[in-house]
Formats: sequence, structure tokens, C-alpha cells
Amino acid sequence: MNFVLFGATKGMGRALARLLAERGERLFLVEHCIDELEASARDLETRGAQLPVRTAQCDLLAPATFAPALEQAERELGQIDAVIVTAGLFATQDQLERDPELTARILTADFTNTVLFCEEARKRLLARGGGTLCVFSSVAGDRGRKPVILYGAAKAGLSRYLEGLDHKFRSRGLKTICVKPGFVKTGMTAGLKPPPFAGTPDNVARRVLRAIDGGWPEVYVPAAWRWVMSVIRRLPRGVMRRVGF
Amino acid sequence: MPGHPPFRSKIAGWGRYPVVDGLVLTSESLAAATETASLSRGLGRSYGDSSLPARPDVPVADTTLADRLLHFDRTTGLLTAEAGVSLLELNRVFLRQGWFVPVSPGTQFVTVGGMVASDVHGKNHHVDGCFGEHVESIKLRVADGRIIECSDSVEPDLFRATIGGMGLTGHILEVTFRMRQIPSPWIWGESERIDDLDTMVAGLKKAAQAWPMTVGWVDCLARGRKLGRGILMKGRWATREEAPAKAPPLKRRFRIPFEFPRLALCRPSMKAFNLAYYWKHFQRIKQGIVHPDAFFYPLDMVDDWNLIYGRRGFTQYQCVLPHADDNGPARRFLEAFVAGGGMGFLCVIKDCGPEGKGLLSFPRPGMSIAMDFPIHSRKTPVLIDRLNELVIAEGGRIYLTKDTFTKAEHFQAMEPRLEAFNGVRRKWDPDGRIRSAQSVRLLGDVA
Ligand SMILES: Cc1cc2nc3c(=O)[nH]c(=O)nc-3n(C[C@H](O)[C@H](O)[C@H](O)COP(=O)(O)OP(=O)(O)OC[C@H]3O[C@@H](n4cnc5c(N)ncnc54)[C@H](O)[C@@H]3O)c2cc1C
Ligand SMILES: NC(=O)c1ccc[n+]([C@@H]2O[C@H](COP(=O)([O-])OP(=O)(O)OC[C@H]3O[C@@H](n4cnc5c(N)ncnc54)[C@H](OP(=O)(O)O)[C@@H]3O)[C@@H](O)[C@H]2O)c1
Repeated sequence: MNFVLFGATKGMGRALARLLAERGERLFLVEHCIDELEASARDLETRGAQLPVRTAQCDLLAPATFAPALEQAERELGQIDAVIVTAGLFATQDQLERDPELTARILTADFTNTVLFCEEARKRLLARGGGTLCVFSSVAGDRGRKPVILYGAAKAGLSRYLEGLDHKFRSRGLKTICVKPGFVKTGMTAGLKPPPFAGTPDNVARRVLRAIDGGWPEVYVPAAWRWVMSVIRRLPRGVMRRVGF
Repeated sequence: MPGHPPFRSKIAGWGRYPVVDGLVLTSESLAAATETASLSRGLGRSYGDSSLPARPDVPVADTTLADRLLHFDRTTGLLTAEAGVSLLELNRVFLRQGWFVPVSPGTQFVTVGGMVASDVHGKNHHVDGCFGEHVESIKLRVADGRIIECSDSVEPDLFRATIGGMGLTGHILEVTFRMRQIPSPWIWGESERIDDLDTMVAGLKKAAQAWPMTVGWVDCLARGRKLGRGILMKGRWATREEAPAKAPPLKRRFRIPFEFPRLALCRPSMKAFNLAYYWKHFQRIKQGIVHPDAFFYPLDMVDDWNLIYGRRGFTQYQCVLPHADDNGPARRFLEAFVAGGGMGFLCVIKDCGPEGKGLLSFPRPGMSIAMDFPIHSRKTPVLIDRLNELVIAEGGRIYLTKDTFTKAEHFQAMEPRLEAFNGVRRKWDPDGRIRSAQSVRLLGDVA
């Protein structure tokens, strides 16, 4: 299959791209830093991806770059079968409360721009009769929680959007997959204290690949977070006001 | 691309002593992570303070996010990899494709950067030398921030000082080295129960003629006539005809869930372990097909096994003693160890081949002996002093990547090559920016 990956130079995207490479899939990488793109493309080629792995520049903070990057991907691959979005930004609630400019950037990147990118991808996938759109949201969007109010709000919006896409377009062949990671040890969370059930990029990638192959509309990774969140979603407000998580 | 901001983290070597509340930088881009760092560290499998900062507040770069394979040439076997890639990952990717690293240490939880910086050796040292012998070039960030690609022909002094240089010449960003083609991913092994030291040493020397990989395990609590008894292991890659048709299955790993209490480390339990290990090998000689992990990495079967040594941690002492006509050096060493109150679960003995190109590389012709033991705050430094004095008298040296307690004057007495190494460091780092807790302890660096 032909995959376009946005943000696969690092973290969970990197791990997922490697699994796809080992299966011998055809990959096309988009991201904003050219050096990182090239290094990652060579890594995936060495691990077995179909040669060559091509790349295009695409900046999550610059929506004007989305369509050209996807166009180039379509030209190189002939046809896009699946788009995977792991690009995203994170900052702690403390950092965000202190810095409105950073808040604007994160809300824009993780909600508005991610949705705009998905819209470009959706149109192209539907035009060829469907395909897979797999996007990394977060458990942070499942409930308003003290440590992730702002980041979580952006991810909540993203999750709702992805849910809507699934409802509207599944019958036309577009499988939308909303990935909800809990805490995963990547560069994004380096230095934060891992809670119980923290995942690794490799474990996450294996499960997400199962979701992609199976067309699951929603997947919690690591799996335990599904149960954790189902409890947290049911906690009364009075409790949520008192607890720290 | 900017790296992530530094964060506080408790860091330690594999011996879990000393522990530092360090300042860690990490990024998928080593160029970014190493910009302001005083030292790079990989998976922290060196035992003591080699991978620890000179002072808690000078940042160290954790390389493990930088794990990309940048180029592999299937005709020559040349692989270029980022320094943070682990041996575990290399084996996972390459073993089933018929390739293996030219030299492997006894654990897969090491990074390529760490393999170069310690110039690791393996069971094949007597034929293939250290890892550094197979390195073509190194991309290094030096103290003034420049990134330099060094090799035998470009900046050869820097190249030779970096191989086995314990991270003290700069930050290794990328390494190009030669992988080796193997006939199958399985090992054909033979192991033999050995009654005493003379037979062990003779056995190692004889096996070296016929086998590409050899190592001995010694019961370091046996005394008198039984001193040096143990098991001699030999191996080679199985031919395609001998090997099972299937790829070696993933080995199940176990976890040590918590620090063991001190009690687990008393002499009787170690004695029991050593006895059991020895007599498990009931037949005198066993041979057959062996899983590569069981052959190369028997200890990797248990995650976090360093926790069995409890809260106070442990250390390893590894030295190489030049050959003598009799087995006097090894005998005197083992006797001194037992007499000095030393006790341990593991003692590994191996004959080394010629000295390699690394300016401070550990191996030299002779017998290498390594043993693990728990740290006792009063007794351990005394025991190590005693062993070091013996090693100096025998003309041997110690392995820095295992060391925690050696005194500067002892190290300097066993290292005539230090002057040349210091010269290269002064040239590339006149202000002494790149340094570690170990270099402060042993080389007189300013913290
Ligand atoms: C169970 C076990 C078995 C072992 N068996 C063997 C063996 O058979 N043979 C052998 O030779 N060794 C052996 N070792 C030791 C081990 O191979 C070395 O300590 C190795 O260097 C560890 O690699 P690391 O990535 O964990 O490095 P760390 O422990 O993190 O660092 C080790 C040294 O390398 C430097 N370093 C690491 N990465 C870089 C970089 N990118 N740039 C510059 N400097 C860097 C550090 O500064 C430090 O001085 C064993 C260790 C264990 C725990
Ligand atoms: N890690 C967690 O615990 C966790 C938990 C819940 C949800 N998530 C979500 O899961 C996704 C992946 O997380 P991760 O931990 O794997 O993150 P990561 O390691 O930081 O990777 C994120 C990727 O996005 C790219 N990116 C960032 N800014 C970009 C921009 N402006 N333009 C283009 N690409 C950009 C990054 O590249 P550069 O750095 O080069 O810009 C990187 O490749 C994210 O959406 C994250 O919000 C993570």
C-alpha cells in the first residue's frame, strides 16, 4: 500500500513508519525540516521500505504547504491509499498559562491546522474511492483535566472532528481512525514523570498498525488507557475539581 | 532544529552507584542535543561513573532517541548509524538478513556510541580484536562545537583517541562500521566443565586455535585445588546445513520487580549460585545448536538484574594480565580476590588478542578477568586498591567502562599511553569542556 506520513521523523510516527517499512510498504514522508526528512527516509529504506522513500516539506504551522505536499505525494506514489498524521505540538499547562503566544500556536497547530490538513487528505482519498485516514489525537481530549486543559481542548476538538468524518464518510470507503495515546515515552514527554501504564513508541505502533489493518474507528494506546479513561469520563465534577489529574 | 529543554533526572551506570541528580538533554537530533552538553551517554551499561557528568549541574546528552540507520551497503557490509541506536535493534533488523556486528559485548542493551567509546570486545577478541578495528569513520562533535568526520586518514589522532576514549574527545554523532555476513543466525556451541585454573587457561589457549569465539566462566569462590574451576564455552556461527530452518524465536524476558534485600547477597547464596551453575553442567562436554541470545547475551534474559544487588549497588572489576610462562598472574589475582573478602556471582575469563588502534583501548595480549560484586562502602575501595596494586605489579591494566573506585595514581601507573591521549584532548579541547565524573576522578579534570 502507499502511505503518506506527516510527522514520522520522530516518536510514535517514527516507530509506526518502521513497522510499515519492514512490511515492505511504499512510504512518502512530509514534515517541515528537510534534514530530518532525508535522514528518516534513508532509515526507512534501510529497514525495507520500497525504494525510494521520497519526501516533501510541509509545515503544520503553515497551512499553505499542505496541498502542495499532498499533491507531490500523489504524483510520486501514483495513488495515496492511507494518510497518517502524528505531527503535533505539546506544552505543559504551566507553560501555556504563562504564554498566550505559545497557547495560540498549540491550539492552532493541534486543532485548526491539523483539521485543515485532514480536509486536504480527505478530499484526495475520497476522490480515489476511499482509503484510510489515521490521526493521532489524545486521551487529553476525553475529559477536561487540570494538567491538560488547553492542549486537551485542542485534542477534544480534533477527536470530535475525526468522529464526524467516520460517521459521514465510512460508507463511501473512507476509514477514519482516531488514535488516543495516553502517556507515551517520546521526545515530547522527555523529562515528565511517567505515570502507570506509560507506553513505548514501539508498543503503540504495533497496536496502531492493528487498528489500521482492521479499520477500527478509535484506538486507545496503550490499551489500558481505554479503561482508565472510561473511569475518568464517569467521575463526577465534584471529584474532578478535587483530584490533581 | 532546537532540542528539548534539559530536564532533571537521576542517572547512574549499571552498578547503580554512584547516582547523580543530573541535567539531561535529549533529542532525535544529536547535533541539537549535544550543543551545550559536557558528555554524551547511551544506555548507561557502563558500570561506574564513565557516563556521569563531572558535576550535577553540567548537562549530559542522552543519545538514545537518535537511532536511525542512515546507510547500508549490502555489497560491502558498511553501515552508517546514528550513535544512539542499540545493539538490540541492530540484531533485530540485521540478524534475519544474515548480518551481524563484527564485535559484540555480553549485552544487547548498549548503543553504538557506547560500543565505540568503550571500544568493546567480545568472545571473538582473539581473532577479530575490538569493535574499533571495524570502524571506518566517526562523525564527532568536538568541544568547540565543530562537527568533524574522522577516520584512519582524516584526523587520525582524534579518531584513535575517540575509539576507547570514554566519550572524552567529544560527542559521537554517527558511526560507519563494517557489518559481517553470517551463514545462519544460529550458533554451533560446545561447552566443557573444567576442574581448575591450569586446565581453564590451557583450554582457552587451545580453543583459540580452533574456535572464533571463546570465553570461560569461573567459580570465584572455589579455593585451593579447585581454584579457577568453571565452564569453558566455545562457539562459531552454524552453517546453513546445521542450523534449524526457522529464525531464532524471540526469547522471553523476565523482570526483577524490586531491589533485593541485602540478605540475598551473603556468601552462602553466592556459593549456592556458583555451585549450581557449575554442576548444572553435569556432563563434561555439551555441544549443539544454541540460540544466539543464549550464547551472546545470557544475562539479558532478566531485565533490570542489577536490582538483585540491592540499594547500595555493585561494581565490576575487570583487568587484563599479561601472559606469563605459568598461570601465576591469574592465580595470584584470584587468590587476592578471595583473600580480600571478595565474593561474586559471576567471574568471566578470556584470553585477549593483540592491542587495537584505540589510544586507551582496554584489551592487550593476556588474560582478562572480570567479576561483579556488591559494594560495601568501607571494604570495596580497599579491595580495589589491593587488586590494582597487583595489576600494576603484573604489568596489566583495568577496563575504564567497569571502573568506579580506582585512584588516579593507580590508573596513571598502569597507563603509559595516557600522555598521548591527554595530548589529543588538550589539542581539541584546551578549555577542558568535555569531561565526566570518571575523568575528574582519574585524569585530573576540573569538575
Ligand atoms: C551485562 C553486561 C555485559 C557486558 N559485557 C561486555 C563485554 O563483553 N565486553 C565489553 O567490552 N563490554 C561489556 N560491557 C560493557 C558495555 O559494553 C560498555 O560499558 C558500553 O560502553 C555500554 O554502552 P552504553 O551505550 O550503555 O554506554 P554508556 O554506559 O551510556 O556510556 C559508556 C561510555 O561511552 C561514552 N559514550 C556513550 N555514547 C557516546 C557518544 N554518542 N559519544 C561519545 N561518548 C559516548 C560515555 O560517555 C561513557 O564514557 C558489558 C556491560 C554489561 C552491563
Ligand atoms: N507522547 C505522548 O505521551 C502523547 C500523548 C498523547 C498524544 N500524543 C500525540 O501523538 C502525536 C505524536 O506524539 P509523539 O510523542 O510521537 O511526538 P514527537 O515525538 O514530538 O513527534 C511529533 C512529530 O511532529 C512533528 N512536528 C512538530 N511540529 C511540526 C511542524 N510545525 N510541522 C511539521 N511537523 C511538525 C515533529 O517534527 P519536528 O520536531 O522536527 O518539528 C515530529 O516528527 C502528537 O499529535 C501528540 O500530540 C502524544
